[in-house]
Amino acid sequence: MVKVILSGTISQMAGGETEMEVEATSVRQIFRHLQERFPNIKSHMVDDISVAIDGSVFQDAWLEKVTENSEVYLLPRIGGG
Amino acid sequence: MDNSMDLGYGADDKELKFVGKRTNRPDGVDKVTGRARFGADARLPGMLYGKILRSPHAHARIISIDTSKAQMLSGVKAVVTRDDFEDRDSEFVPAGEMMVNYRDMIRNIMAREKVLYDGHAVAAVAATSIKIAKQALKLIDVTYEVLPHVIDVVEAMAPGAPLLHDDLFTDGVEPKPTKPSNVAKRLEFNMGDIASGFAEADEILEKTFDTKPVHQGYIEPHSCLASFSENGSAELWCSTQGQYLVRAHCSKLVGMEISKLRVTPSEIGGGFGGKTVVFIEPVALALSKKTYRPVKITMTRDEVFRSSGPTSGGNVRVKIGITKDGKIMACEAELKYQAGAFQGSSVQPGCMCAFAPYDIANVNVIGWDVLSNRPKVAAYRAPGAPVSEYAVECVIDELAERIGMDPVDFRLKNAAKEGTQTAYGPKFGPIGFVEVLEATKALDHYKIPLGPNQGRGIGSGFWFNIGGETCVNLNVNEDGTLTLITGSPDIGGSRASMCNMAAEELGIDVRLINPIIADTSVLGFNFLSAGSRTTFACGLATIEAARNAIENMRKRVAQLWDIPLDAVVWEDGAARPASSNAGVFEPMTLPEIAKIAPKTGGPIAGHAEINAQGAGPGFGTHMVDVEVDKETGHVKVLRYTVIQDAGKAIHPSFVEGQYQGGAVQCIGWALNEEYVYGEDGRLQNSGFLDYRIPLASDLPMIDTKIVEVPNPNHPYGVRGVGETPIIPGLAAMSNAISNALGLRMTELPMSPPKVLKAIKEASV
Repeated sequence: MVKVILSGTISQMAGGETEMEVEATSVRQIFRHLQERFPNIKSHMVDDISVAIDGSVFQDAWLEKVTENSEVYLLPRIGGG
Repeated sequence: MDNSMDLGYGADDKELKFVGKRTNRPDGVDKVTGRARFGADARLPGMLYGKILRSPHAHARIISIDTSKAQMLSGVKAVVTRDDFEDRDSEFVPAGEMMVNYRDMIRNIMAREKVLYDGHAVAAVAATSIKIAKQALKLIDVTYEVLPHVIDVVEAMAPGAPLLHDDLFTDGVEPKPTKPSNVAKRLEFNMGDIASGFAEADEILEKTFDTKPVHQGYIEPHSCLASFSENGSAELWCSTQGQYLVRAHCSKLVGMEISKLRVTPSEIGGGFGGKTVVFIEPVALALSKKTYRPVKITMTRDEVFRSSGPTSGGNVRVKIGITKDGKIMACEAELKYQAGAFQGSSVQPGCMCAFAPYDIANVNVIGWDVLSNRPKVAAYRAPGAPVSEYAVECVIDELAERIGMDPVDFRLKNAAKEGTQTAYGPKFGPIGFVEVLEATKALDHYKIPLGPNQGRGIGSGFWFNIGGETCVNLNVNEDGTLTLITGSPDIGGSRASMCNMAAEELGIDVRLINPIIADTSVLGFNFLSAGSRTTFACGLATIEAARNAIENMRKRVAQLWDIPLDAVVWEDGAARPASSNAGVFEPMTLPEIAKIAPKTGGPIAGHAEINAQGAGPGFGTHMVDVEVDKETGHVKVLRYTVIQDAGKAIHPSFVEGQYQGGAVQCIGWALNEEYVYGEDGRLQNSGFLDYRIPLASDLPMIDTKIVEVPNPNHPYGVRGVGETPIIPGLAAMSNAISNALGLRMTELPMSPPKVLKAIKEASV
């Protein structure tokens, strides 16, 4: 099981949930699980999520692998000027 | 990007010939001789001139727009209004790498039901001369029903405030509001137990700070030239930080396929985030579509101020609790950010960055995205971060003083380091904040005695930095030179940095590489030159393209020598046998391989198409000495030093340039810059005479100290340096003035009248 922690607005989207454990081997699978568990989260919202896997931040990385011991944070997308 | 890709050696593995060197800027000669073509330099035969009619009201309902007289004027070829842009549903959809609400965007480029700020576009004309176009604007008859307006962020949140959108209901609060308001969103970030943290604190300080929206202040106004063909395709030349995002937005707003629109970026005379969106480009395309003639629109300075995006200002309350020995126990903040006339302020990154430089167990940050009758905000270096981190750094400075602790030591004691858990989510990997603070303390600047009415201040800052989608082609030419084609507009010397990295990889003279910034038809999608991503992400792609080209050249040579590929290595710009076992062959140089390329398989090139991941966070500290004239309130900046972790400075001159530019923008934001609105809600200082950005004569030399703690996710350790330099300076300036005067000002800008007022109030 992968430990997934929901940060800030992502937690708000998930009704205040801050942590969950999911069976997943990729970021895409975590997103699918998130949408199944929280149907109010629409597809475009998922497009606006970044992930931090064991400390490294990924954006638009659906195919990125996660392992059983991974600690995954879901956080708002990061932009810049 | 395939993160498992072996990106090879790091900076310590061998002596670097070009990375880290101050090579000549490839575009330098054209820039200083006036040959470089900026946005307004574009022109085509038969070109028309577009001008835009703008609202004289801060808030008004549009009852009618009559363009008949304007259309009758000789020389006028087209007029467009709201009716020429198809409306869109209110939904955030991906555009490039951004989430965009096109219903809002289409209303921002051309008002529909209401005008929402002074300068909001209402109609546009294309005519054979600028003079005729201006005359035509005067003939457009717009009937308004003027409505009450609101400018200030706190007033906009108050019950009964004039309402900008009657269908805007605050997101992120429970229960969902049944009444509309100007508050688009509430955000919250939590970590630990805030109440317990404050209970353990010996000292608690709470203060509220106010900053104003400020403009990015780029010297080159927005300008574009659009040319629509009868075959349904179009070309667009414009000054932008991202031609691919311009293509994405314009194709949606004008209603055309992406492949039919070709966007070419001009040289850019400053952007700083303000040229990551579109304003005039869809309008020029719409006018050209009506006439099938090229249409050029160039904003005046007045239009730039009234109608293009400033950054958010905000009202920020910060509460921090510490122990007697200087350990931060708990932090709380509430951020109210200006979004302008449509939702989407920079409050989210403001929340995420607020306390990120420090290792704190208990954090609570609440943010509010608030609309008012101002232009919709756009990005400005590290959007959102300067406002929140300014407030935090001021409170930290006061707390350090309260317990008699050196301000750098206080920050060192609490500094985030590798493994620190952030309130916004991830744990930090290797970062260089401690090294930045230690370098700060070691500077002579920190030890120089101060005179009367002088003060010294420091402030620190954090920014995430990003990667993103990037494509690069590296063509090996017949004569052994190379053409490096990237899709990232050069906003800070990136051509030179890319050439340095490519030359390092190839082992050839950097002057043999000619860098080109491509239009949208040449390469696949490239994200903006923004987010401090270009040297990192475009650099990764450049390195990968160079390695791809090297591999292709090794393959050719291996075939010529009739030995396996792994028996050929690339060293110092030539293919060589890997060892004596591979056989005895004279090395083949890059020009020799290029010369015979037609006979060995055809042209040789290297390519990279990546989504760069693993950007390294940036940390910086600014230190400034000021002298305050207590009779006039004038603040003179005596000395200023920027200390920042670059990871690796690929081209130190351009890293220093980013540091210096950020510091100057901090000084302007802290001392003078603000939008001044009249009672009627109209902007009163829409020009550089009245909107006072710092001039060279206002400034000392900005000293810099480049700290290099490598980012392990880049072969040379690059982090990205464009955003962080605008964060620490607001607090550094405020702390310096506070140190000089012995009083704390909590509102920016600290202009002479406000400084005098603060002195007067303190003496009562």
